[in-house]
This record gives sequence, C-alpha cells and structure tokens, in this order.
Amino acid sequence: MLARLLRWETVLLVLCVAVFVVGSGSDGFAEQGNISFLLLDYSEVALLAFALLPIILTGEIDLSVASTLGFCSALTGTLWDAGMSFETIVPIVLLAGLVLGSVNAVLVVRFGLPSLAVTIGTLGLYRGLAYVLLGDRAVTGFPENYRPLATDSIPGTFLPYATVLVLVVGVLIAVLVHMTTIGRSLYAIGLGAQTARFSGIRVNRVKFALYLLSGALAAIASLIYTLRYNSARADNANGMELVAVAAVLLGGVSIFGGRGTVLGVATALLAMAGLRNLLFLDDVTNEIQNVITGLLLILSVLVPVVFKPRRTKDVPLEPSVVDAERRPGADAGGRLRRDHQGV
Amino acid sequence: MAGCGGTTKGSDAAAGDGGNATEREADPNAKIKEGLKITFLPKEIDNPYEVLVDQGGVEAVEELKGTGKEVGPSDASASSQVSYINTLIQQKQDAIVIAANDPNAVAPALKDAMSKGIAVVTYDSDAAPDARQIFVNQADSEEIGRSQVKLVSDQIGGSGEIAILSATPNATNQNTWIKFMQDELTKPEYANIKLVKIAYGDDDDQKSFQEAQALLQTYPNLKGIIAPTTVGISAAARYLSTSPYKGKVKLTGLGTPNQMREFVKDGTVAEFALWNPVELGYLAGYAAASLASGQISGKEGEKFKAGKLGEYTIGKNGEIILGPPTKFNKDNIDDFDF
Amino acid sequence: MATVANAPKDPFGTFTAPKGSFRAVHTRRKGCGVIKPSAKESAFAGRELGIVVALVAVVGAATIARPSFLSGQGIHDLFLNASIIGLLAIGQALLVITRNIDLSVGSVMGLSAYLSGQLFLVDKDLPVIVVVLAGIALGAVCGAINGALVAIAKVPALVVTLGTLYVFRGIDYAWASGTETTQINAYQMPQGFLSLGSGSILGIPHLTLITLVVLAITAYGLHNLRAGRELYAIGSNPDAARLAGIPTGRRVFSAFVISGALVGLGGVLHAAYFGTINASVGTGRELAVVAAVVVGGVAIFGGSGTVLGAALGALLLTTITSALPILGVPAFWQRAVDGAALLVAISLDRAFMVRLAERLRAERAVRRAG
Repeated sequence: MLARLLRWETVLLVLCVAVFVVGSGSDGFAEQGNISFLLLDYSEVALLAFALLPIILTGEIDLSVASTLGFCSALTGTLWDAGMSFETIVPIVLLAGLVLGSVNAVLVVRFGLPSLAVTIGTLGLYRGLAYVLLGDRAVTGFPENYRPLATDSIPGTFLPYATVLVLVVGVLIAVLVHMTTIGRSLYAIGLGAQTARFSGIRVNRVKFALYLLSGALAAIASLIYTLRYNSARADNANGMELVAVAAVLLGGVSIFGGRGTVLGVATALLAMAGLRNLLFLDDVTNEIQNVITGLLLILSVLVPVVFKPRRTKDVPLEPSVVDAERRPGADAGGRLRRDHQGV
Repeated sequence: MAGCGGTTKGSDAAAGDGGNATEREADPNAKIKEGLKITFLPKEIDNPYEVLVDQGGVEAVEELKGTGKEVGPSDASASSQVSYINTLIQQKQDAIVIAANDPNAVAPALKDAMSKGIAVVTYDSDAAPDARQIFVNQADSEEIGRSQVKLVSDQIGGSGEIAILSATPNATNQNTWIKFMQDELTKPEYANIKLVKIAYGDDDDQKSFQEAQALLQTYPNLKGIIAPTTVGISAAARYLSTSPYKGKVKLTGLGTPNQMREFVKDGTVAEFALWNPVELGYLAGYAAASLASGQISGKEGEKFKAGKLGEYTIGKNGEIILGPPTKFNKDNIDDFDF
Repeated sequence: MATVANAPKDPFGTFTAPKGSFRAVHTRRKGCGVIKPSAKESAFAGRELGIVVALVAVVGAATIARPSFLSGQGIHDLFLNASIIGLLAIGQALLVITRNIDLSVGSVMGLSAYLSGQLFLVDKDLPVIVVVLAGIALGAVCGAINGALVAIAKVPALVVTLGTLYVFRGIDYAWASGTETTQINAYQMPQGFLSLGSGSILGIPHLTLITLVVLAITAYGLHNLRAGRELYAIGSNPDAARLAGIPTGRRVFSAFVISGALVGLGGVLHAAYFGTINASVGTGRELAVVAAVVVGGVAIFGGSGTVLGAALGALLLTTITSALPILGVPAFWQRAVDGAALLVAISLDRAFMVRLAERLRAERAVRRAG
C-alpha cells in the first residue's frame, strides 16, 4: 500500500497542492488577474504536452512540436500580411500543422527512422522554414475581435478562454487514452510494439495518426500564441519543446513508453505553472527556476526507481521482463525502434 | 545591447494610436516621491551591455531614494518578458523600465500595467508607442547610421567595397540604422563606396565569426566592415586579428571599450563608436521616477532633470535622446571601463 | 560471448540475424573469436566514406562559386570551425554507441568555459595547462553525475540529461550573477591562452590538432581495447551484454565521464577561441552535437558507428554552414538546410541499411545452401 502511495503521481499531487497553498499566502498570487495569467501562460505548453503524451506512451517522441508551432505562426503572419482574412487563415494553418505532422509520420512510421533523430531534424527544418517564410519580420495587427479569445478570461472569473480550450483538449485526450481501445493500445505499443502488432493492433496506423494529431495541436497552439502576443514571428515558441517534454516526463510518463496518465501530465503542468508564477513573485530568477525544473525532472525518474520493489539484487527482473518484450530491435517489416535510454 | 535581436519593423498598426495612453497629469513642480519601486527589464538578463544600462538605472533610482532592481529573461524572447511584466504588476511596482524584445508582444501587458497606474518607460528597444509613455533612445537612430558610414569611409579612404555584419535579421534598431546607412551611402561623397552585402551573425559569437569569414572569402576586395553590434564586432575582430586581413580590411561598428580594447591596441580596429550604456540607464531611471511622481506625463516639450546628466526635453512621440555617440580609438579607450 | 551472438537482435530489418554476421556487425574488432568479414564490415568503412563524399561535394560546389574557399586560409577556417563541435561529437558518439545520450553538453560546456574565465580573473598568470585541466576535471565531474544517475540508478539518460541541462545551466547563471561577472573579455585573459585558441602550427589550428589527437586516442580505444568494444555490445543489447559478463554499469559510467571530460575540454577551448565568455555559452549546442553524431553514422539506437564518423559529421555540418553564404543561399534558408541535411543523412542511412540487410540475407541463403 505504501508502495502504491509512493508513486510519483502522488508526489506530484502533493507538490501541486503545496505550491498553491504557499502561493495563496504570497502577496499577489491569489488574485484573479494573477491566476488567469498563470493559466494563460502555460496554455500553449499544455497543448504541446497533450500532443506529446500519446506519442511518448507508444515509445516514440516528437521534438518538432515547437517548431511546428513556430512555422504555423509564421504562416499565419505571412498570410495575414498578404491580406487574407483570418477566417480563411485558420483552416489553412490547421492543414499546415497536419502536413508537418505527416512528414514526421512518414519518416518515422513508413521509413522506420528513429523518431528522436527525425524530430531533431524536423525541429530544425520547420524552424528554418518559418524563417524562410517570415524572415526578419514580425507581423502584427491581428483582428481585434479574435484577440480577446486568446488573452481574456470568462467575464467575472479567473478562467481564461484559452484555458477552457486546453481543458477541453485535455479531456478529449484523456478519454482517448484512458477510455478507448485505441488508447489502451498505446500502452501495449509502448510496452512491446512487436507483441502489439501480433495481437492485431495496427501499430503503424496508430503512430501515424498520433503524429498528425501532434501537428494539429501544435497548429492550434500557434493560433493562441500568435493572437495572445499579437505578433507572428519566426522565433515564436523557440525552445518550448523542451518545456513540454519536461512537463510530460514530470507528469510521470515513462520515456520508454507504456506508462503514464493524462491526469499526471495535467497536474505537472499546473504545478509547473504555479511554481513558476510563485517564484517570479518572489523574485527568484529564471535560472533558479530552471534548476528546480531540472531537479524535479531527475527526481521524477529517481523516485520510482528508489521505491520499486526489487526481487533480485543485481538484475532488476521487472525491467528485463518488460525489456525482453521490446528488445527485438525492429518490428516486422523493418521499422526501427526509437532508442531506449539507460542500461 | 546594440544589436540584440528580437524586435522588428512593420508594426504600424500599433503605432496608429497617435498618442501616449496615459491619463497622467503633469505637474512640473511635483517633487520626486520617496520610496519609488522601479524595476528594469532588459531584453536578456546576462547581456553585459544591458547589465551596464541597468546598473546606471538602479543608481539613478537609489539617488532618488527609491528601490531599483533588475529582472529579466535569460533567453531574449518576447514571451518571457510578458511573464515578468505580469509579476511586476502583481508586485505593484511604481514604474517599469523595459527594453522590448518585440514591440507588440509586450504591448498588452504594458498597457495593463499603465491602466493600473504603473509608469512605463522603454529604453534601447521601443515597444508600440501606445504601450508606453516615454522611450529613452540611446542616440538618434539617424545619427548612428550616418556616423557609422562616415567612420568606415574615413578609414578606407573614401572608396572601396564594404559590408555590414548585423545581428539578427529581426532587430528593429539594427534595421533602422542600416536604412540610414544605406541612405547615407547615396550621398555624392560616398559615391565610390559600394555596399556589397548585409550579413547576419544573429548576435551569436560563432555565427558572427563564420559570417565574417564568409564575407572575406566571398568578396576578396572587401575594404571595410561595419558591425553595429557588440557581439558581431568582437567576433569579426577576433577573426581578423588572426587572419592575413588584419589591418588591411577595416573594421568598425558599435562595440564596448572593454571588449575591443585588445583589438584597438593590436591594430585590428582603428576606431569604433558607442554611447555610454550606464548613462542610458541613468537617464531612463530619472525619466521613470519623474513619470511616476507626476512631474511629466510623456508629452512633447515637457522637461525634467536627470541628475548629473542635466535637463532633458521630451521630443516627439515621447522619445528622449541621450546624446551623440562617442567614438573610441586608441587615444581614449583606456578611459572607459565598460 | 555466446549469448550475445544468439540473442535476437534485429536493427536492420531482417527478422532474424544470421549467426555469424551479428558479431561481425556489432563487435567490430579483431581477435574476439571467429569473425567472418561480412558485408557489414566493409559497409562500416563505406559509411564514413559517404560523409567524405558529401563533404567533397559541398566543398566542391562552394569552391566553384568562390575559389578562395579552398585556399589555405579557407581550409584552415573550415577545420577551425569544426574542431570544438567535433570534440563534443566524439564524446557524444561514445555515449550514443551505448544507447545513451547526453543533452547537457551545452550546459557543461558553458560551465567549463565560465570556469576558465573565472580562474583567469582570479589570477591572470595562471599556467594555461592548469586551467585546461580544471575545465576537463569539471566536465568529468558533471559527466560522473550524469553517469551515476544513468548507470547506477538506472534512470533513462534522455530524462536525466534533460534535467542536468537545466541544473548545470542554472548553476552557471547563478555563478555569474553571484560573482557579478556577467562577461569575461579577451583582455582579461593571458595571451598564451588566447593563442591556444586561435593559433596554429604549420597552418593547422591548435584546436584541430587537439581534436585529431583526441580522435586518434578514442578511435584506438574503441576498436582495440576490450572495454571499448564492449561499448558496442552494450549498445546493441544491454541485457545480453550484462548476462555475458560485461560490467555494463561501469562501462557506461566511464563513457559518461570521458565524454564529460571532452566536453569540459571543449568549453575551455571555446573560451580560448572566442575570448568572450558569458553564462550563455553553449546554449543550444546539444542538438547540433546530436545532429553531427547522427549525420556521422552513429545509430541513435546504439551499437554501431565510429568516432571518426561523428567527427566527420561535425565537419560536414559546419562546412555546410560555411558554404551556404558563399553559395548565395539567403541567410534565412540556412536553418532549414541544416535540418534537411540531418533528415537526408538518416534517410540515406536507412536506405543503405535496408540494402545491406538484403545482402546479408542473400549471404545467409548462400551459406545455408552451400
């Protein structure tokens, strides 16, 4: 029982609650405007994290999400600057996100290339294409009637519209991952793609779809970002992928795949947002905050190891049993696995 | 920082407001309030140029018996600054002095600050004019651009090919200066000088270094390089000083004396320019305090005293100019420590 | 090593690896039992050759556009630019071969560069070698921290080093603001140190010489020392390697320490080379280093690749960066080209491996028939 309680998710929950409890004692934290801001600030990261969750569950990764966001933002700017109406731009941008996601999908699923390497490449490529589109410009002046959707809260509450969108997406992903067959298949794929394939799961199709989903969510995030800052630039969201990955990992999702929950990721996002806000209010520098994020990240993988019941002294049986399932390097048909780290 | 990237041209939609969004009344006889809380928000927290500016700023605020501090992002991104602005609003500061990474991205947050009675002053890199009350400009952009051309022309003897090594392609200040440089080059006295390339070093040492290399290889007849960015000029100087082009290709631009001292002494660079960043911050600090105390409201023609720098008058669009750039060469470079 | 040979492992798409070729593939050494030189062995040489071919193509194109690209100064500059990242890539290759990764290289490099600057601030006359050793030691310590977490606590390297990326960088910034020294400039460091960075012997830059020496040593170690060869085994199949008696924990830990030391060295050299140090040195380098390693043919899932390949990968990528402005590619395209280059490299790798797998299958068929 103790072992169950000592799961990382519990630690996370405690941390999140602690942050907000301490925060409410801090000057300026508990105010409506501040809570709104705190939630809003992480809305794009949250969408990216929700996009990453299913992918990481299957044992892959997508580091290009922030660059996709950047490209979509640059595209929005270019089209807006050229005079296109915003209503026309939105579906085009969503389509662009799907296209970018499909490039990743083709390379990883169809060609069987390792997703870490591929998405490092597309991270650079998409960001570069954003610069090709927009170059040295920042486009501004986005429509006044849409901008409040990205910046304001529901009147009278602390809940930003954008956060509502994030919550909706979160719930949808949660339903997908935890309550559908496809969702369960994600875990199966993560634990052993070979075996999953043998039990009838269409691994390739699922992974393909996940990359498309990732692209689409990144595109949606880009719309929020561009409207919120009223600025489309090629370097929008530069580096956000690491924050999103950190949030997912912090949420208790295993980088090997096969373990993790949406609630965990959501809690991690909330904890990170709250902590960041709180530390800012106390004038803790950005760097110390990064140190804390880094330490939490390390703790998040250390804690389960420390508290995991060991059956033999030297060779942890559990990972091996699991690993043996995943060990065959390739699936039938020659798809190569993503690396699993650690020995 | 002379060449910090992050701001850009083309934001006319925001500029259209035609005035400063301030409800402040100016009372020139108002005294500076005591205990003002003023925060400086540079583009990037570890940028040595910005550190100096903010030092000057905090010095000014403390002279006025207020509390000054510096906070800022470690990545020169617009979105990070917005988080900081929000924090400052929550901390109920009296004034925010900011160098904007992007003029529009920070605008909503700054407007929010102003609506809550916080005075907003920009320096080095402006925000949208309706999102701030005063902009403290280090030197007249036109004067910077034109004087850079004069510097390089004097050094290469009035004729030859030159190139510009800029920072990031997005930087507003860079592009403004470059436009004035190009305009200056159309003058008859520079008819024999040809601008062959504008390269971008992204304010990154390695990149600037490689761009400098590429310039010299692509244009073997290059006579001069203008690098109006402290990172670019020091990277280019580093390259030139260990290359066969040392002394033959003239390098000038905007740099800090400390970074360039070695290259001035070994002959790689003859003369370059900058302004005193500490004074910039000092002026901004005084402006912010005056604004927060109600002495000025940001309208054209208002005057205020800026401590040891003397009296300043606000120009058009709430802009205050520090003064003309200073030229550094081997005669005076040891007099400065920044 | 019997279990290693028989363990089902299939990185190349053939469902079961032919017995003999597995060892030839994954333990590319001499004298470790019966090795049949197979298609894969010669293929290894081919992979590096591929990079050289690409390099020649890029250099060729740039030289046609501007003949001075291949001048003495031009070549000097090419190697100079690639040296530091080449050094980092060599260290990273050691880790990737064992199926690990180190994302904290940028931060460690920054720390080490900053340390060198600080040491000179304390005493400008400090012997250069002391500072170099200090940087290496700092890098090794950081590597040891990473290594301990990965090898002993058995936590995934990607996560750990992502965490230490933040932690080390944070320490760097905290140190900078704590000592109120946000930037250290060239004039604050001794000339001897600076000429280490920018000088050359017989036209070969010091930095390149250092990288070449490191390359030679690590290549020798990987190919000729048992411990080096074991890294490949660990990367191919960690469990099998462990069961076969290889002290995987120790080997991986050592790999992290060595890689960390190389990164530390890289940081010191960066300081010597650029002369301007601040707390953001090295930010973002990790992705460039991983790209160099992947382009260099070191498979991201471990078990294959060479440090020579990694170094060549670094050289190729930096050459592309230098060549692009000369080829008239607008500055805005450069990032996209870099990303595309990486994708092309791994796609070609894949295509190559598929063809290789077919050849292996054909060989096996022949063997079984004959």
